Amino acid sequence: MQYLLLIYANEAEMAGRDAPSMATMIAEYTEFTKGIVQAGQFKAGDRLKPSSSATTVRVRNGQRTTTDGPFAETREQLGGYYLVEAKNLDEAIAIAAKIPGAKHGSIEVRPVWTREG
Amino acid sequence: MAASKFARCGHAKDRVLPRELDEIFRREAGRVLATLIRLLGDFDLAEEARQEAFAAAVEQWTSRGIPANPCAWLISTGRYKAVDRLRRDAVFRTKVMNRELASAEVDAAFPDEADDATFGDDRLRLIFTCCHPALSSEAQIALTLREVCGLSTQAVARAFLVSEETMAQRLVRAKRKIRDAGIPYETPEPPLFEQRIGGVLAVVYGVFTEGYAATSGARMVDAELCGEAIRLGRLLDELMPRHPAVLGLLALMLLHDARRQARVSHAGDVILLDDQDRTMWSQTGIAEGAALIDQALSIPASPSPYVVQAAIAALHARARKKEDTDWPQIVGLYEVLLRLQPSPIIELNHAVAVSMVDGAARALDLIDSLRARGEAGEYHLLHSARGRLLHQLGRDDEARAAYAAALDFAMLEPERRFLEARIASLNECRSRG
Repeated sequence: MQYLLLIYANEAEMAGRDAPSMATMIAEYTEFTKGIVQAGQFKAGDRLKPSSSATTVRVRNGQRTTTDGPFAETREQLGGYYLVEAKNLDEAIAIAAKIPGAKHGSIEVRPVWTREG
Repeated sequence: MAASKFARCGHAKDRVLPRELDEIFRREAGRVLATLIRLLGDFDLAEEARQEAFAAAVEQWTSRGIPANPCAWLISTGRYKAVDRLRRDAVFRTKVMNRELASAEVDAAFPDEADDATFGDDRLRLIFTCCHPALSSEAQIALTLREVCGLSTQAVARAFLVSEETMAQRLVRAKRKIRDAGIPYETPEPPLFEQRIGGVLAVVYGVFTEGYAATSGARMVDAELCGEAIRLGRLLDELMPRHPAVLGLLALMLLHDARRQARVSHAGDVILLDDQDRTMWSQTGIAEGAALIDQALSIPASPSPYVVQAAIAALHARARKKEDTDWPQIVGLYEVLLRLQPSPIIELNHAVAVSMVDGAARALDLIDSLRARGEAGEYHLLHSARGRLLHQLGRDDEARAAYAAALDFAMLEPERRFLEARIASLNECRSRG
């Protein structure tokens, strides 16, 4: 099965980090990504720009509206994702738990809807 | 194929009584379902298959006698019926086959090699699946009662005080989550196993406490739920022998249950430990619980909180008169428990035990420091314990206020009646004095 691992973190807290702490985090992510690529579990993954750069689009009755900011205001914001291949939820949870962001933020594990259901 | 398995019980000509069939169905329902879920890879399909197997058994066993291994017969027939249905129902088949769930390996010989170990493994798989931490704790308890204990949806709904419809929806959602999220039908491997066993035990204890002190409404004790929880505990002990936490939990439940009869009056009122008629305690339950604690303590491992709690319950249960209670040892065990599993409720119980050794004033200090930290402020038993200690210290006005605060947070009718009675008796003292 494929799972999307959504990485949520407190942006304000992230923005307040100093350079060495950012460098450590980036190194941890590089290491983690290398691991799941080698294990054949990696499908895709990216870091996202901050939610202040987000735009929300809706189309109602053919009318397009755009609003500044993310869809929902929450304490933690979506900051990145991985798309992984895992045997089952337990394996997906094990991968999610190794994401460096899991130590301070939260990882949402979502199974991907495939043709088979 | 199934017919050849009719090794008759040697009295094929004897009539098979409906009662006998019922008994077999009740006994085998859990094992049959657990194995069918593994073979078919789908809860609903397995439940339907079991129904059909039972229906076929009623028809065939009545005329041909009960097979030598009824469980294997039921599983084999159930799987055959399900596969037959999948073949007939092309849409269903596409859906299920594509999910690779019903890689039912349709022709793989199953029942011939099936033994008690296979059935046991399947039951454990089912327990771990129903108690998966990705499900809400409510859903875990409901699924376990429905799928592992085999309670009807109606009975599970009654236990949760919700309508049957609400419970049916909750169960459907939980099963859908198992399927959609890819929750595996597996007993986890170590080291995950030790982590997950805690969740399983929490579900079993949750069933028990739901039965022992329903959180709202008029009932104080639901004996049926307590019985189911103890049966689950026994099943876990059978499937995972000599596991200290399993032994501890089973002991704890047996020791609490041994006092059940003495805990509520005929009128449905709470009777505190001090006032219970100790001759009503079940000595069989107490002896079994105590033996399990000894077994748990003989296994070298770090102490499980369940074993410590059970040991505290055993010290209460072994005192034939309340004056015989070994309070200093109880205080010591609560201190161990506080290190293993700190919580405001355990702190409160520790304070109450301290009052029996060092007096009410010392205990009141402990409770007030707990209260000052803002923890457990809405816990009615904290205020109720304060009320008792204040009364012992002769501070009746404060005691009355504490009982009134307890009344603000108590939800159970019998507990509310108990608190109202305390306030009334304090008022009487005042008017008399």
